Amino acid sequence: MKYLCLIYENERNWETMPKEESEAVMGEYFAFTDGLRSSGRYVAGEALQPTQTATTVRVRGGKVSTTDGPFAETKEQLGGFYLVEANDLNEAIQIAARIPSARYGSIEVRPVVDFSQQPEATGQQAATA
Amino acid sequence: MAEGAANPVHETVAAVFRAESRRVLATLIRLLGDFDLAEEALQDAFTAAVERWPADGVPSNPRAWLVSTGRFKAIDQLRRRAKFDASLTSLVERLGDGVTPAPDVDDGVEDDRLRLIFTCCHPALPPDAQVALTLREVCGLTTEEIARAFLASAPTLAQRIVRAKGKIKAARIPYQVPERADLPERLATVLHVIYLVFNEGYSASSGASLTRHDLSAEAIRLGRLLVELLPEPEAVGLLALMLLHESRRHARTSAAGDLVLLDEQDRSLWNRAQIAEGTALVEQALGSRRFGPYTLQAAIAAVHAEAPSAAATDWAQIVGLYDVLLRAEPSPVVELNRAVAVAMRDGPLAGLRLVDAILARGELADYHLAHTAQADLCRRSGRTDDAIASFERALSLARQEPERRFIERRLAQLRAHRD
Repeated sequence: MKYLCLIYENERNWETMPKEESEAVMGEYFAFTDGLRSSGRYVAGEALQPTQTATTVRVRGGKVSTTDGPFAETKEQLGGFYLVEANDLNEAIQIAARIPSARYGSIEVRPVVDFSQQPEATGQQAATA
Repeated sequence: MAEGAANPVHETVAAVFRAESRRVLATLIRLLGDFDLAEEALQDAFTAAVERWPADGVPSNPRAWLVSTGRFKAIDQLRRRAKFDASLTSLVERLGDGVTPAPDVDDGVEDDRLRLIFTCCHPALPPDAQVALTLREVCGLTTEEIARAFLASAPTLAQRIVRAKGKIKAARIPYQVPERADLPERLATVLHVIYLVFNEGYSASSGASLTRHDLSAEAIRLGRLLVELLPEPEAVGLLALMLLHESRRHARTSAAGDLVLLDEQDRSLWNRAQIAEGTALVEQALGSRRFGPYTLQAAIAAVHAEAPSAAATDWAQIVGLYDVLLRAEPSPVVELNRAVAVAMRDGPLAGLRLVDAILARGELADYHLAHTAQADLCRRSGRTDDAIASFERALSLARQEPERRFIERRLAQLRAHRD
């Protein structure tokens, strides 16, 4: 099963971090990604440009509106992601906990919908409590 | 099963249901990989028992019979549904033909109950859902019973449970006892859920008090089950803590339903059997040398329990235990309790200095018990006006009726004393 690990952190941390420290964290990221690849759990992963480069697009009544910045202003911003293959949530949590930014920011772990599987995977199920 | 009382086999089925239904459910969840499917299968298995046991006789291993019957019924049901919904075919295939019993139907049953507890208390589920799901699945309470106990509406509770089950399925929360490395953190969540259930039943003493007492009993039952399945020191410590608190239940409210503080309680009303059991468990947990906050709190409760009166309590030992507890789990509430113990050991002014310092930091400014403690220490130091001011602040913050009545009583006494 695929999980998307969304990396949220205060992007200004990177601006204020001493050069040696940011290089050390980048080194950790490379090592983490290599480890993930060799374990066969890696599907994809990217780092994102800071939110000042973001543009939000909406279409309302057929008209495109374009605004500067991210959809919502938050203390921690989406800075990158890993798409991983894991057996279950526990394994995905273990992977997420090893992402270097987990120590500074937070990682949101989201299961990916598999449309080839049961339709109930979309969360619509007639459960009885 | 309405006419069951007259029929001995029906009585047997009812008794087996009470004793085994949660274990059977725990195993069915593992075999079927789905909570709702397992609950349906459980019902089907007991319906089959009512139909067949009178003629066939009660099987030698009723639990194993129920598990394999439930599993068979579930697969049969799924196969019929798969005719209309092709997406179920792979699930049916995965579960096997349903005729040959799964090899491990009766093995690791205790593990299944532990799996169920850890899954219901998974930290990826919201805390209120952990509590609701544990009471529903592990304890077998109905949604209505849980709603009554937590003064919530049944639809709200039902939705909480449905959402939690939905997340277990969609995010694939595994049906597992956590690995050794994850155990301390995961066990802490389980213990927290049990303690929440206990406190919900213990601290409420108005309105639906009877139902809520049942919650404390349910928490103690859960604590016993956990200790039986996983005798970790902190699980033992939590069970001890709950028993030692529970032992004072009948002494902590007056006949009129008013709160009676520890130092004014009639200690002959304390339940000696629970104290003896709790104290033995504390010693067991302390002996492990791997104990934590629950064991330390239980040790403090045990020191109170063995004292013939408040004055004759070993306050020096209690202060010492609070010191260790503060190191293990720093918290302003623990500091406050320690300050009250210091007041008993060294006099009210020594305690008051500590309480004033804690309140000055602002962390407990909205916590009514901090103001009650300050007020009481002022009262004992003869500072009547300060005591009245603090009790008034406490009254503006207290929410529970018996606590409010207690503060009002104290205020009335102090005002009469002053005038």
